[in-house]
Amino acid sequence: MSGKVFGQSVTRNEDPYLLTGKAEFIDDIELPGMLHAAFLRSDYAHARIKSIDVSQALKRPGVVAVYTAADFGDYWRPGPLQVPPPTAIKGSVFHARTLVPIAKDKVRFSGEPLALIIAESRYIAEDAFDDIIVEMEPLDAVVDLEKALEPGAPLVHEDLESNLAAHVVQERGNYEEAAAKADYVIKRRISVDRCAGAAMENRGLLVDWNDRTREMTIWASTQAPIPLRNSIAARLGLFESQVRVITPYIGGGFGPKIMTSQADDVLLPIVAMWLNRPIKWIEDRRENFLATTSERDQLHYAEIAVTKDGIILGVKDMFYHNTGAYDPYGMTVPLNTQTHTVSNYNVPNFKTEVKMVFSNTMVVTPVRGAGRPYGVYVMERLIDYAACELGMDPVEIRRRNLIRSDQYPLPTGIIGQDFVEGVLDSGDYPEELRKAVELIGYEKFIKEEQPRLRAEGKHKGIGVVCFTEGTSVGPYEGARVTVGANGKVNVSTGISTQGQGHFTVYAQIAAEELGVDVRDVNVTTGDTGHFHWGAGTFASRGTGVAGSAIHLAASKVRQKAIKLGSKLLGVPEDQVELCDGKVCVAGDHSRFISLGEMAMKANPTRGTFEQGAEPGLEAVAYFGPPYGSTGAGALAMIVDVDPGSMDVKIEKLAIVHDCGTLVNPMLVEGQILGGLSMGIGNAFYEQLKYDENGQLLTASFMDYLLPQATDMPDEVLLGHVERPSPLNELGMKGVGEAGAIPTPACFAQAVENALADCKLQIAETPLSPSRLFELVKKSTEK
Amino acid sequence: MKPIPFEYYAPSSVAEALDTIAELGYSGKILAGGQSLIPSMNFRVARPGALVDLNNIPELAYIRPNGDGSVAIGTMTRDSKVEHDAEIKRRFPLIAEVMTYIAHPQIRNRGTFGGAIAHADPAAQLPAISLLMNADLKLLKKGGERWVQAEDFFLGPFMTVLEPDEMLAEVVLKPLPARTGSSYKQVSRQRGGYAQVAVASAATLDEAGRCKQVRMVLISVGDTPILSKEVSRILVGQKPGQEAFEAVAEAVAKGEIDPGTDVHATADYRRHLTRVLVVRSLTEAFQRAAL
Ligand SMILES: Cc1cc2nc3c(=O)[nH]c(=O)nc-3n(C[C@H](O)[C@H](O)[C@H](O)COP(=O)(O)OP(=O)(O)OC[C@H]3O[C@@H](n4cnc5c(N)ncnc54)[C@H](O)[C@@H]3O)c2cc1C
Repeated sequence: MSGKVFGQSVTRNEDPYLLTGKAEFIDDIELPGMLHAAFLRSDYAHARIKSIDVSQALKRPGVVAVYTAADFGDYWRPGPLQVPPPTAIKGSVFHARTLVPIAKDKVRFSGEPLALIIAESRYIAEDAFDDIIVEMEPLDAVVDLEKALEPGAPLVHEDLESNLAAHVVQERGNYEEAAAKADYVIKRRISVDRCAGAAMENRGLLVDWNDRTREMTIWASTQAPIPLRNSIAARLGLFESQVRVITPYIGGGFGPKIMTSQADDVLLPIVAMWLNRPIKWIEDRRENFLATTSERDQLHYAEIAVTKDGIILGVKDMFYHNTGAYDPYGMTVPLNTQTHTVSNYNVPNFKTEVKMVFSNTMVVTPVRGAGRPYGVYVMERLIDYAACELGMDPVEIRRRNLIRSDQYPLPTGIIGQDFVEGVLDSGDYPEELRKAVELIGYEKFIKEEQPRLRAEGKHKGIGVVCFTEGTSVGPYEGARVTVGANGKVNVSTGISTQGQGHFTVYAQIAAEELGVDVRDVNVTTGDTGHFHWGAGTFASRGTGVAGSAIHLAASKVRQKAIKLGSKLLGVPEDQVELCDGKVCVAGDHSRFISLGEMAMKANPTRGTFEQGAEPGLEAVAYFGPPYGSTGAGALAMIVDVDPGSMDVKIEKLAIVHDCGTLVNPMLVEGQILGGLSMGIGNAFYEQLKYDENGQLLTASFMDYLLPQATDMPDEVLLGHVERPSPLNELGMKGVGEAGAIPTPACFAQAVENALADCKLQIAETPLSPSRLFELVKKSTEK
Repeated sequence: MKPIPFEYYAPSSVAEALDTIAELGYSGKILAGGQSLIPSMNFRVARPGALVDLNNIPELAYIRPNGDGSVAIGTMTRDSKVEHDAEIKRRFPLIAEVMTYIAHPQIRNRGTFGGAIAHADPAAQLPAISLLMNADLKLLKKGGERWVQAEDFFLGPFMTVLEPDEMLAEVVLKPLPARTGSSYKQVSRQRGGYAQVAVASAATLDEAGRCKQVRMVLISVGDTPILSKEVSRILVGQKPGQEAFEAVAEAVAKGEIDPGTDVHATADYRRHLTRVLVVRSLTEAFQRAAL
């Protein structure tokens, strides 16, 4: 489906501002009298706080105030649970231990805030760190997931019996019966370690309280402006209308900026009120590594039951999921893992069990991919192990088990992050796999190139995997579309933008409907002063959900314009059309009224007004899907492994993706490439590594290795399969996480293939040359 | 991640700079390209009381080919200038090649040739290359000058013989003998990242095709760049070849290096990688020497 601008690779409306340095980011904003905040953070991961003496810090010139938990009185209370518990799943156990605003009595992870310093500059605030005397009694730290649940393990939350944060079991069919009938049952222990969101711009907050108007303005680098506004207003006892959250330009989100209950979110608003001066806090990279949320430390005990023909009879997966020191974001991440473990394949019997564990590490909330990559990793690895056991080609075994294109809509029996049973709405997985295999040149590589390269002593390998991406989940988003007297269109929606291209995609949707130039559509996102209903930017839902609301609102405006146009032009409605910023008579474009003039006419300031009508060329609409739409795809790659150094180079990558209707193919491509670079990071570079004392060993970009543009493969081929979703009028599905999801699994398969003579079986991610060296050594010693 | 308060001096001549560092003593630190110093100040790992910025002293940035085949490089010469200099490329192709491994163009546009050597990071390329070529280093202080060879310059990680009132002013690269080939082999995690291990070597053949002279430096496997002694003990006077290179690799890995384990790699892996890269580097150096 494509139109004049919808479906076209329109260049981005926002780029002139970004490229000329005019775009305003939070740290560009300076207010008169503004103060700066810094948090003194705990070095210990687990310790009792004996005392905190801030008296010397208060004497330092330029320090305005220093606060510890004691100073906040009743205002100090654990933050809200941002995502509800999974009560929809029978038998589920969930212990909510939400984030505390600032450590009181005890610290539960290294990086947890102990004191808040407000000073005339950030420099002075940091100088005051050295003045504060903290006495702590260190406790044993809980880091290892299995040990955390052993009797006698130190408790992260001492009011609980154990470190078990949650327990959820879901099953469709009967796995044990299926396994009993299988020719092969293959079991493995699979581990996945943590990664950071690592947005280019860290988090940040600027709070300005106006004591005269009793209104608060907050600039925030957030993915959830409305929930942030709501929770701040509630805590301060203000109306939502007294608090305005504005998101300026944001330099990336990738998940952690969905949090609205961190120390800064909770404490800075009240302190700004107390001091009656604006306060700015810009998170630095060290704080971001230590104390913003991160993702996906999981340990899986997984098994697959197959027939000798490679037909999957069942899958069982028992896994531990590390939620960190608190669980403010409920179970979104592990539920995504559960829904994404088997979603590409017909797996009649599937049992998935998660034990969510508290530990003395930073809190875990979604990071691009959000649990999905590891469901996919486990499943794709299991299939590869099975293929290896059966001596079957990895592509062939996948082909035999993929869900067919005639099976939709397909209920999965597994409840996901939106607390309804997952249903696969549309797609064509066999076609995606076929295309990816073709793009990468699979047959030729296996039959001709690889044997030739082997003979030359080269170790190149190929991998092909499939994945799904649950996207565009509810609950809902809304939008207001307004035609101005200037003849241009204004669109505002509640979600915020972190660089995805919303200012362009939303403009395309509105422009197509209203027949205006895409450059004449001004889009405002994430400003509660403009639009104040909605949930936020997560789960690849910006285009599918907010975009659908914009489409609906624009359609309403179109109807209004046609109705009024028919009256003013004196022709029936079906002879009125919108084009080039005008409302005109079909077939005779010389008879028209400009949209600007129409906007004026739609808002009479004298005379009478039609009963029941609404003024202006304006409309508001909301959209909420019954369940999320599912994007999917297949990824193939060729790697070159240096058998001496065990360094791996991804030479060529081919990805075929279905995100339903492509609103802007260029932006889809950008999302996929960005996701792939994150996936490559998760496969081979990025790792948040904790030691057994809960100390983060990789708290800077010196040690946390983010793949750079120069680390991307030389050749990336993209293919699309367009199967529109029936869940929204435009047929859209999300694509924001696609590239990140299948990459570690594909990388593992390709590396195994390259090192086939080593009988290597990879069951962990991320890898590194050093780790591969160890694994190869172990497997050849066997 | 903000530095502690510090004073800032921006002398416009070498004499003025030397006066300033003499006066400041231990509390002062020289600021060259700032690509290493500024981040460590932001982490508050480095806490200098004062910075003496050499960026306003044009007389410290030059590449001067000498008549004897050597090339003198002023300490403030940016890495990218060295990388693209035609004379350097002609006389010391290895240096031009190695420069491309140092970070990325943006950083090489700021980072300085002398700054990297004075910084003495055991994982960095330029200290190792200066050692490979046993460069002559000109050190200046108020009213004094001394010359130190690279072999005598490095004391430990980030430690050199430089006194607090001294400045590295010039690096002189001596000409290579005829029939010399050189090679640099590095494995780093990211493109432009620090070496997990790297090996640089320079080999000279005699007329009969035997090894006349050979030097080899190992990077990231000890407290300083390590100049191998085994390589010349085993190879000089011999016909170079795979077997001999493997013997060198074995001797180096067993006796000359002391790699550590960190988040990126185990000591065991680094030892293995040293073996691999020694053989590759020597193979290439001797091949190039024979050309
Ligand atoms: C992202 C990034 C990646 C990098 N990757 C690499 C890499 O792969 N390999 C690598 O080798 N380097 C790398 N570097 C470091 C970079 O090359 C540095 O520039 C270099 O090591 C130091 O040079 P500088 O001119 O920036 O020195 P500065 O940072 O200004 O100074 C470094 C130290 O040397 C002292 N100093 C400087 N000049 C003198 C002098 N003339 N006399 C006495 N003391 C002096 C300073 O006081 C300071 O202690 C990287 C840097 C960054 C930011």
